[in-house]
Amino acid sequence: MLQFLHNQELRTERDLDPNMTVLNYLRTIRNKTGTKEGCASGDCGACTVVLAEIDSSGLKLKYSSINSCLTFVSVLHGKQLITVEDLQEEQTLHTTQQAMASCHGSQCGFCTPGFVMSLFALQKNQSTYNKDKTTEALSGNLCRCTGYRPIYQAAEESYSQKTTDQFDRLEEKTLEQLKAIPPISKLGIHSKQHYSFSPSTIEELAECYLNYPDAHLLAGGTDLALEVTQFHRKLPTLIYLGNVTDMKKVSVGNTHIEIGSACPISDCYNVLTTEYPDFGDLLHRFASLQIRNQGTLGGNIANASPIGDSPPLLIALGATLQLRQGDKRRSIPIEQYFLDYKKTVRQSSEFIETVSIPKRSTNIFKAYKVSKRLDDDISAVCLGINLTIKDNQIFDARAAFGGMAAIPKRAENCEQALIGQTFDESTFELACKALEKDFTPLSDFRASKEYRLLVGQNLLRKYYLETHYQLTHKLENAYSLTRVTAHV
Amino acid sequence: MSKTPTEKLTQAELEANFSQSITTGVGRSIKHESAEKQVSGEAQYIDDKLEFPNQLHVYARTSDKAHARILSIDTSPCYQFSGVRLVISAKDVPGDLDIGAVLAGDPLLADGVVEYYGQPVIAIAATSHEIAREAAAAAIIEYEELEAILDIEDALEKKHFVLESHQHKQGDSKKALATAPHRIQGKLHIGGQEHFYLETQIASVMPTEDNGMIVYSSTQNPTEIQKLVASVLAVPMHKVVVDMRRMGGGFGGKETQAATPACLCAVIAHLTKQPTKMRLPRVEDMMMTGKRHPFLVTYDIGYDNNGRLHGVDIQLAGNCGFSPDLSGSIVDRAMFHADNAYFLEDATITGHRCKTNTASNTAYRGFGGPQGMVPIEEIMDTIARNLDKDPLEVRQINYYDTKTRNTTPYHQKIEQDILPEITDHLIESSQYFTRRQEIIQFNKTSPILKKGLAMTPVKFGISFTATFLNQAGALIHIYTDGSIHLNHGGTEMGQGLNTKVAQIVAETFQVDCDRIHITATNTEKVPNTSPTAASSGTDLNGKAAQNAALTIKQRLIEFAATHYSANKDEIEFQNSHVRIGAHYCSFEELIQLAYFNQISLSSTGYYKTPKIFYDRDAAKGHPFYYYAYGMACCEVLVDSLTGEYKMLRTDILHDVGASLNPAIDIGQIEGGFVQGMGWLTTEELIWNDKGRLMTNSPASYKIPAIADTPLDFRVNLVESRKNPEETVYHSKAVGEPPFMLGIAAWCAIKDAVASIADYKIQPTIDAPATPEKVLFGIQNIKQQLNAYTEK
Repeated sequence: MLQFLHNQELRTERDLDPNMTVLNYLRTIRNKTGTKEGCASGDCGACTVVLAEIDSSGLKLKYSSINSCLTFVSVLHGKQLITVEDLQEEQTLHTTQQAMASCHGSQCGFCTPGFVMSLFALQKNQSTYNKDKTTEALSGNLCRCTGYRPIYQAAEESYSQKTTDQFDRLEEKTLEQLKAIPPISKLGIHSKQHYSFSPSTIEELAECYLNYPDAHLLAGGTDLALEVTQFHRKLPTLIYLGNVTDMKKVSVGNTHIEIGSACPISDCYNVLTTEYPDFGDLLHRFASLQIRNQGTLGGNIANASPIGDSPPLLIALGATLQLRQGDKRRSIPIEQYFLDYKKTVRQSSEFIETVSIPKRSTNIFKAYKVSKRLDDDISAVCLGINLTIKDNQIFDARAAFGGMAAIPKRAENCEQALIGQTFDESTFELACKALEKDFTPLSDFRASKEYRLLVGQNLLRKYYLETHYQLTHKLENAYSLTRVTAHV
Repeated sequence: MSKTPTEKLTQAELEANFSQSITTGVGRSIKHESAEKQVSGEAQYIDDKLEFPNQLHVYARTSDKAHARILSIDTSPCYQFSGVRLVISAKDVPGDLDIGAVLAGDPLLADGVVEYYGQPVIAIAATSHEIAREAAAAAIIEYEELEAILDIEDALEKKHFVLESHQHKQGDSKKALATAPHRIQGKLHIGGQEHFYLETQIASVMPTEDNGMIVYSSTQNPTEIQKLVASVLAVPMHKVVVDMRRMGGGFGGKETQAATPACLCAVIAHLTKQPTKMRLPRVEDMMMTGKRHPFLVTYDIGYDNNGRLHGVDIQLAGNCGFSPDLSGSIVDRAMFHADNAYFLEDATITGHRCKTNTASNTAYRGFGGPQGMVPIEEIMDTIARNLDKDPLEVRQINYYDTKTRNTTPYHQKIEQDILPEITDHLIESSQYFTRRQEIIQFNKTSPILKKGLAMTPVKFGISFTATFLNQAGALIHIYTDGSIHLNHGGTEMGQGLNTKVAQIVAETFQVDCDRIHITATNTEKVPNTSPTAASSGTDLNGKAAQNAALTIKQRLIEFAATHYSANKDEIEFQNSHVRIGAHYCSFEELIQLAYFNQISLSSTGYYKTPKIFYDRDAAKGHPFYYYAYGMACCEVLVDSLTGEYKMLRTDILHDVGASLNPAIDIGQIEGGFVQGMGWLTTEELIWNDKGRLMTNSPASYKIPAIADTPLDFRVNLVESRKNPEETVYHSKAVGEPPFMLGIAAWCAIKDAVASIADYKIQPTIDAPATPEKVLFGIQNIKQQLNAYTEK
């Protein structure tokens, strides 16, 4: 049984298919057609809705924009679902809606409900207008008509008109209502053929996975849901991780950052960007905010995509994975996790519990993502590179690439060409040469093999220049000389 | 009849009201008529309509071969799925199988042969979309593969055309080229473009009595859907009603491509007597429907030391896909715009229509015009590099004037030429020359990031080049309470057409827009309409609606003059009130009075564009009523190590004549620019060697996102410039022209790359200039530079 608030109304749903997306639930079961399907793949944002849930303090609501087309209904339990129809109060439009209308932010109108919901979530999470935050909030909403300029204006206008809305006024009541919803049974929900289990603890998860080794683990679902919406496969047994709160935790120790594998990317952002600003910069360009609000760090590793954005960075940082199967635990360096295209060392009923990332010491870590479009695109090439340089000597080097092989992979020849050498241009030229031995990339619609290799080499050159500017010229804003993404 | 409150007003009060102005008439930036419904989620698109309980969902199984003979189709496995009602193939279509818009060549379902990967072969109707899709996969279709031509170069070489080639000629280009002081030849590939309307193709059909059909179609061309539905069913057009309230974007992609879902739904509704709906999932929409034509362009150009052209020979080859569709007119429009804003003098422009085994390419904002303009802008830049001049100077020296350098290669005279003035204003407002110097300095000291700057003009011809399409109709009823019901033949796809037409009618009657209600475009209300295309929506339908309004207004004036014994010229409409001599009354009072006196309060209106004619055989005439002008200045930052780029600033000055609604016009300009920029930068279509479109979803096909817009984006309308022609309130069309302002972004990227060789070499970067193409352009220019310095 699934219980959640749809706006202020408590919904109890007993017969939903666990393979049903929130979008289809809204449009076909509830006949709420304000939320649109533009792509059913989480790339256009027309289906954006907002989920409110009790935050970690237990005193406030946390609002997140998500792609309803990639979200299975199990996610709704214990949360408040807010759609475009819910924002207006009697006859008065919400300030975000008023601003979109009065600033001419809507032309054909099909993307508009999604933009409105992203702006609504932004307004809830950000107290004053900020252009960067607006860009971030809207990076997953495509508009083909306006050219976006009036939407920026609408965002700004919605702040100037901002008032206490019904969601603010009802926050305490909503919190009470949400708290009154009992935790979902670990049996979760099921239809005739499909099951979605909902463990609440890591132990329950481990046991459930032992019992159902063929189950699919559902974390954010931003990749897994494509199986249903794009490849039209059924997922008979799901184990939903979103209620395993212990696996969503982030902790910072003396030497390591520990991130629970079910922690959404958005929730890892602060700790990672504090420690490694380049990691944070890259996460800004990791899919879209809607995806980052759902997608997890563990999921990004577990699905073993050769073009996942976080693995090359984590490999370069020397991260380790804690794997668990029943009561058995083992730790492995993350690079050993990937065997071949979409093949990993993960055994039956085994799951990633924690990602452990060494904290910064004297190493100089940088990350690069090259894609056709700057935001909300998949890498053609991604590089995480991490060097320890003392007295102009390279003591240690770890460089890992995405998009260059069937798995995210260290460039071992390249690393060897760097280790023990003087930190200078000629060393990096040799490293570039060595890269040719490390990889034989493929051509596809994202990039040709020639481009991938050349960009891979040029990113090494860029690392050298940026580090050189920083070390030799003590330039603090070196990126403004080297990265177009520094210009916002 | 209830009494209206205004009847209680005194003459003085009525006079006071009369002396005010309406606030929503022509020239006001009122918001889109559906804006509030769109932001609240109330606005209904076809998929949002309540469904009938017995409605069937239609799904098409498409070809997975680019070119093949169909040996057999076995649909019996489809019927194993519970919920499947009917499976049809070509032989089941009761009427004409061909749904080609102007020319035949587009079978509704493949007939014996498939000609592209993604072509519908059979259609399945079932109780749900999922069942229909699963059943479709179960059908067994056997093919014998045939040789496929996938490459435009291949097609051009083999003269594999869908239509004959055509030529525009002025003067003697051969002779001019032979005597030109300088001469260059070049070749350029220009990519196609997916429309990516946010709402995919959709239709729903309800069978009615007498073998009739009500068709809800997301189409820019309701009359054509009506015609094609009638023809596939073999019924007269009067049996078919097409209703179209709004589209979730069109951009040309719903001019002809909306027909497949509508006709499949109609055939199945006809055979089953059940209502039907077909909505294309995004990937299938992208694989099944046509796109902007990719072009291959070769040119041979002469020029003098000042950079002025001296003989032009341009060959434009459009990749039409497997059928003609609208390619005849599209390649023609590319040819009509091969000059863009420049006097070519001795010129030969040739257009080829290449046939390949891909989806049939179709209308897309600009309709070939953008592909025609890109080459001449490339040529301007190349001349500038070769002569070491600022590209803007070369552009300016080649501009048309209205005295001697004023005939196009199709022999239309340029009568209004405001481009020099626009250029001067934009140079000043964008501080072009100051920034040019700053950028040169920046590039000297910035080893990795390079800035580029470009300013490019647009001159775009307005009118359908198929002259007969330049007509429109409208229908106005005024009800006895003074409320106005308005209909016209145009379709609303987000461009604000309904808003503008309402403003025109409001202005004509001097009432406010809230009194006017525009309902869905419907073939029963206004017949035989042209597609809402060629930027003509407002020009044609606005004028037709104005004519309808003027007819009723004239009747009211004549009635009032008689009734109050006043002179007609003493009757004035203002702010929902009317002055009849010294007497004042409210608009609704006059309407009621007219009704009681048996005056007709309903009228159609009709309009056809004057002045235009074109003799295609002679390639001479006056195909365009007027031209719309604009200019964009773009600054971009390019990473020379990766080819990535970021738009820093864009300044636009664009001519819309006397604007009907500045906010809507600016919206069209901003949106058009960004869409044009996307076409030439990140939007890349890639097919594999089997002819399968690989970039078939937004995960792989990248239209501009919010972060791709210029950091600083300044758009202005040319002030106080009425259209000298008698267009509706002297406005100009605005749908397509700004799209081509995006060329400035492409030229700016190349300008940044050119800085690497001190602006002396024009980089070789085809369109779209993806980061990959930019990086290889950089590599290429570095190699040329090395070779040059070694010499």
